[in-house]
Amino acid sequence: MSDMGQAFVLALQLIAALDAELLEIIARSFAVSLAAVAIAAAIGLPAGAALAVYRFPGRRAVIVLVNALMGLPPVFVGLLIYLFLSRAGPLGFLGLLFTPTAMIIAQAVLVTPIIVAICHRLTRDLYEEYRDQLCSFGARPHQAVRTILWDARVSLVTAVMAGFGRATAEVGAVLIVGGNIAGLTRVMTTTIALETSKGNLALALALGLILVLTAIGVNAVAMSLGGVSAYRRG
Amino acid sequence: MSILPLSLDKVSFRAGDRALLDGISLTIESGPKTVILGANGAGKSLLLRICHGLLGPSGGKVRWAEGTTRQYERQAMVFQKPVMLRRSVAANVAYGLKLRKVEAGERARRVADALRRTGLTDFADQPARLLSGGEQQRLALARTWALEPEILFLDEPTANLDPGATRAVEEIVSGIHDSGAKIVMTTHDIGQARRLADEVIFLHRGRVAERAGADKFFSQPSTEEAAAYLRGDLLW
Repeated sequence: MSDMGQAFVLALQLIAALDAELLEIIARSFAVSLAAVAIAAAIGLPAGAALAVYRFPGRRAVIVLVNALMGLPPVFVGLLIYLFLSRAGPLGFLGLLFTPTAMIIAQAVLVTPIIVAICHRLTRDLYEEYRDQLCSFGARPHQAVRTILWDARVSLVTAVMAGFGRATAEVGAVLIVGGNIAGLTRVMTTTIALETSKGNLALALALGLILVLTAIGVNAVAMSLGGVSAYRRG
Repeated sequence: MSILPLSLDKVSFRAGDRALLDGISLTIESGPKTVILGANGAGKSLLLRICHGLLGPSGGKVRWAEGTTRQYERQAMVFQKPVMLRRSVAANVAYGLKLRKVEAGERARRVADALRRTGLTDFADQPARLLSGGEQQRLALARTWALEPEILFLDEPTANLDPGATRAVEEIVSGIHDSGAKIVMTTHDIGQARRLADEVIFLHRGRVAERAGADKFFSQPSTEEAAAYLRGDLLW
């Protein structure tokens, strides 16, 4: 118990002192996850809305698959990306293994299905409501996709936030493809795993606290955005 | 060249083995305000949707004037329950114009005109979904008016409105008619049909039971079904 108390105090001291190593790790975590989420959103939002609008054979199967992929185990994704990026792999010539870019790719692969699936659920209902009106206006399907993405933009923040939460919290994929190299590919979650196993609980705990605070902050922002908009948009 | 007349040739629509519309042949010319009258379930909305192209008929043909193109851009429809885009009132009017690639200056002019003519100018920047039911239906009319359609379909546009809002909608519909658009409107409100109709198409159980000029229809309906409907008898 006193161990834990001590570690907790040390953790708070690290945060309060803006410890350089701590800040660097936090900054890298955010940079990697933001980039991954940006890529995943750029692919996932149009894809999710397209699944709501277009009718094609196999659409249901795609939806089932995307929803299943939401629960993709990060270590497995890490392994796959590792195989692709390793020297002998098809993309080995790029020399990306154990770089932040590899971590961004891994997180983007993890997050994209989440954004597609949530975006699909959110835009499906909106499109149900809009369909006749948009047809009547003469909107083509690709125009309908743009319209529902724009009109659902506030609730879609939730989809992106969920993706960001998943990206910052996962450890398996970035550990495998990033290698947890100090000063290069070490992020919050991999540091926590490493420092805990080394018995350096203070740094691990400090990073854990930051992660939790991030999650709370992100959700608070998402919720207040949603609240403002519910009032403004009706 | 006008996309009218619109001709329906033996149009039918089946759901399972029930014929909801059965062998409807009609020609809709430009000019008089046409009101499609009939009880709930007579097939009014369905007929309108098929004319507008939202639904394909199970049998028969819907044809616009020969030699015309892009007919879908030259018609518009107002629904019983208006669907408001989650945007400002002005953006709701601008939306359809953008789809038709109307350039920005002309677009702004048409949006302002449409809002003025429907009394919505003061609401231009408000979120459309915060409007009252009557205001929303006026916006739906403004939205279609701005498109300057050759034919406007209206599906019971006042079914959910109080008398004041109903009158406002009827005045706007007359205004759109006066600006040169063909009006085809469904209603089950006989009073409204009397106020607006130049000619009446009376639907009964998925068939055209009677079609006549408004004066003739309301004074001397030629079918028993129409007479019973006008008397307020229950037809079912």
